[in-house]
Amino acid sequence: MEIKLIGSSSPHIRSDETTQKIMLDVIIALMPALAASMYYFGFKAMVLVLASVISAVVTEYCCQRFMNRPITVTDLSAVVTGILLAFNLPAETPWWIAIVGSAFAIGIVKQVFGGLGFNFLNPALAARAFLMASWPHYLSGGFIDPAVDAVSSATPLALLKGTASGQLPSLWDMFMGNIPGVIGETSAILLLAGGIYLIYRGTIKWIIPVFYIGTVAVIALITDASTLPYHILGGGLILGAFFMATDYSTSPVTDKGKVIFAVGAGLLTMFIRKMGGYPEGVSYSILLMNILTPMIDKYIKPHVFGVATGGKKNEK
Amino acid sequence: MSTKLFTFKGGIHPPHNKSFTQNVPIEDAPAPDIVVIPLSQHIGAPCDSLVAVGDKVKVGQKIGESKAFVSAPVHASVSGTVKKIENRQVPGGAKVNSVIIESDGKYEVHESVQPKGRLEDLSKEDILSIIKEAGMAGMGGATFPTHVKLSPPKDKPIDTLLVNGAECEPYLTADHRIMLEKPEIVLLGTKTIMKALGVSKAYICIENNKPDAIKTLREIAKDEEGIEVVSMVAKYPQGDEKRLINAITGRVVPSGGLPMEVGCVVENVGTVATIGNVIKTGMPCVQRVVTVTGSAVENPKNLYVRLGTLFKDCIEMCGGYKEEPGKIINGGPMMGIAQYTDEVPVIKGTSGILVLNKKEANIPEHSNCILCGKCVDACPVNLMPYKIGRFSLLRNFDGADEYHATDCIECGACSYVCPAKRPLKESISVAKKEILTRRKKAK
Repeated sequence: MEIKLIGSSSPHIRSDETTQKIMLDVIIALMPALAASMYYFGFKAMVLVLASVISAVVTEYCCQRFMNRPITVTDLSAVVTGILLAFNLPAETPWWIAIVGSAFAIGIVKQVFGGLGFNFLNPALAARAFLMASWPHYLSGGFIDPAVDAVSSATPLALLKGTASGQLPSLWDMFMGNIPGVIGETSAILLLAGGIYLIYRGTIKWIIPVFYIGTVAVIALITDASTLPYHILGGGLILGAFFMATDYSTSPVTDKGKVIFAVGAGLLTMFIRKMGGYPEGVSYSILLMNILTPMIDKYIKPHVFGVATGGKKNEK
Repeated sequence: MSTKLFTFKGGIHPPHNKSFTQNVPIEDAPAPDIVVIPLSQHIGAPCDSLVAVGDKVKVGQKIGESKAFVSAPVHASVSGTVKKIENRQVPGGAKVNSVIIESDGKYEVHESVQPKGRLEDLSKEDILSIIKEAGMAGMGGATFPTHVKLSPPKDKPIDTLLVNGAECEPYLTADHRIMLEKPEIVLLGTKTIMKALGVSKAYICIENNKPDAIKTLREIAKDEEGIEVVSMVAKYPQGDEKRLINAITGRVVPSGGLPMEVGCVVENVGTVATIGNVIKTGMPCVQRVVTVTGSAVENPKNLYVRLGTLFKDCIEMCGGYKEEPGKIINGGPMMGIAQYTDEVPVIKGTSGILVLNKKEANIPEHSNCILCGKCVDACPVNLMPYKIGRFSLLRNFDGADEYHATDCIECGACSYVCPAKRPLKESISVAKKEILTRRKKAK
C-alpha cells in the first residue's frame, strides 16, 4: 500500500486548549457581572456593552484586513476587550463613546503594536484612560445610583475622599452591587464568582488578585481601618484585580514577577486614592505596572535546573 | 514499605492512552521472512560487518562489531542466509549500513549462546564483558552503549542505581508489561547491574498509574537487600533521567552534566530485563518488547519482536491498519520520531510503534503567543520556552543561548501545553543545534 505520512518534529500530540477557549472562559466569567449590570442599570448597560463589543470586533477585522494579516477575530480576544471597556463606563455614557473607546483599544493599543500578545498596555484600560482625558465629564460624572435611580450620584470612594458629599452606602449594597459606579464594577460578589471560576479553570493564577487586593487591604488597615471594606469592594478593585491585572500580555510571566507586579499595583492604587487627585486608582496603577512588566520579565527569570547558583551543593 | 509519592517540579498531564495495550499480554512475534539489521543501533561508532553475502547465520551470532569503546556489537535475530549488505533507512532518520537476512524459519541458536551461570560466581569484569558482548544499549530510546555507562571514571564514584520503569510517554506499555510478566528477570537484571557497579542501593521507579506493576515487583523484591520499589506521580516527563534522579534522591545533576556526577546510574527497565535475560539464557540483545498501538492500528499489542523486523510487518501482525495512517512514530507521541515510510526496522531503541490517524496527525495552525506563561510552568528545567522560541525564529541564537537553550531536554511539554499551538520545542531544538555547532567551531 502506498501511504502518505506526515513528518514533523515531536511532540506529536497537543493539548486541546486554545486561545479561543481561554477567551471564552474569560467571557463566561464576566457573565454574572454582566447580568448584574443589566439588572442594576438596565437597557443602557446593554447598549454600551453591545456597542463596545461590536466596535472592538469590527476594528480588529478592519485592521487585520488593511494590514494584510491573518484575520483572528474568532479568537474572541476582541470580544473580551469590548466587554471590559464597557464595564469601565458609567451607565449614562453615550453609546458613541463606547464605540470610539473600543476602536482606540483595538486599533491603537493592540493592532498597531502587532496584535494579540504584543500590546504593552491593557487595551481596555488604555482606552479608558484615553476617554477620561478626552471626555472627562462623561467618564467621571453621570453615575447612576441604582438604589434611587438618580443620576450623578457620587461613587463610594468619591464620598470617602470628600470630593463628593452624601451618605456612604451599606456594606451589603457594596457587596451586591447596589451602588453607583461604572457598569461592571459594582457587584463585588458576582465579579468574585467569575474570578474564582477563572482560577478554578486554570485560566488565571491566584497570585495577582490575592497580592493586589492584599496589598490594598494592608495599606487601608494601616491608614484607616474603618475604610477597609470600601477600598476593597469599591473602585473596581475586584474587577481590576481578577480581570484586568491578570491580562497575559501585560503582566509578568513568572510567579515571582506576578507578586512584584501585584504588590506594585496595590501600592500605586492606594497612593493614588490617598494622595492623588482621583478617588480611584485601579486603572492607572495597572497601566503603570503594565509599563514595568517587560522590565520585570527581563530581570525575574526562573532558576534553570542544574545551573550553578554558587553555594548550594549537592548532598551525597 | 514507603508509600511516599515521588515527583519533580513542572511537567504536564497528557492523556495516558495506555488502555489500548496495558492489559494485553506480551505476544511472541514470529520472525518475518526478511529482517533488516542496521550495523549501528546505538550512539557511538558504527559496527563493521563480520559476515558476507551468502553466509549462513544463526540466532545470537555476532554479525557486526567495532573496535571503538563507545559502540555495541549487533547479532543476528534469526537463522538463515545473508542476502544483502546495503544502506537502509532506519527510524532515526539516517541511512545506515544494514545486514539483510532471509529467515529459514528454524530459529537455530548459535553455539556461542550459553547461560552465564550463577550471578554469585561472576566478577564485575565478567559482567561488564557479558553486557558488552551482548550488544546492550539503552532500550528506553537513547541507545547509549550500556557497558560504557557502567564503566564510570574512577573519580566519579557511583552509589545508586535507578531502574527506570516510569514509562511516562503516553500510549507505551512495553515496560509496564515487562515488569508485570517478567519481574524475576527485572530483578535478576537489577542485581547484575548493582554488582557491575558495586553499589548496594537500587530503586525500581514506577509511576503510580501502574499499581499492578508496583505490587508485583514489591512482592518479588521484598526480601532483597538494598532494592526498593518506589512509586512516583504519573506525570510527564517523570522518566527523564535527571527528573527521576531529582525526584527519588533529591540530587541535582548539574547543567550539561551526566547522572554519574551525582553518583547515579539510570537504566531503563527494558534494558535491565534484557540484561537479566542475557545472564539467564546467554541470548544477546536480539529481541525486544515493542508496543504497537494507536487509533489507526486494528489490534494494538505488545509484541516481543526480533530486531530487524520492519514496522510494516509488526503492524501486519496486529491486524494491519484500521484506517489510513497519518503518522507513524518510532517511540511515544511526546519524543518519538515521525517516520516517512513503514519500511524501517525495529532497532534496540524502538520502544513503540505508534500509528496516528489522519485527524490526530494534523499539525495545528499556530497563532500569536499570548504570553500566558503555561510553557514556563510546564518546563521541567525551568526555562522560558516562549522567549527561546522567539529568539530562535528571529535567528538570534545568542539570545537563545543566554536563556539556556542548551539545557532543554526536548521533552516537548511546552509545545504540548501551548494554547496558541506554537512550535516551541521545535524552534528550541533548532537553536540548541545551532548553538552547539557554533561552540564546536569556536573551539
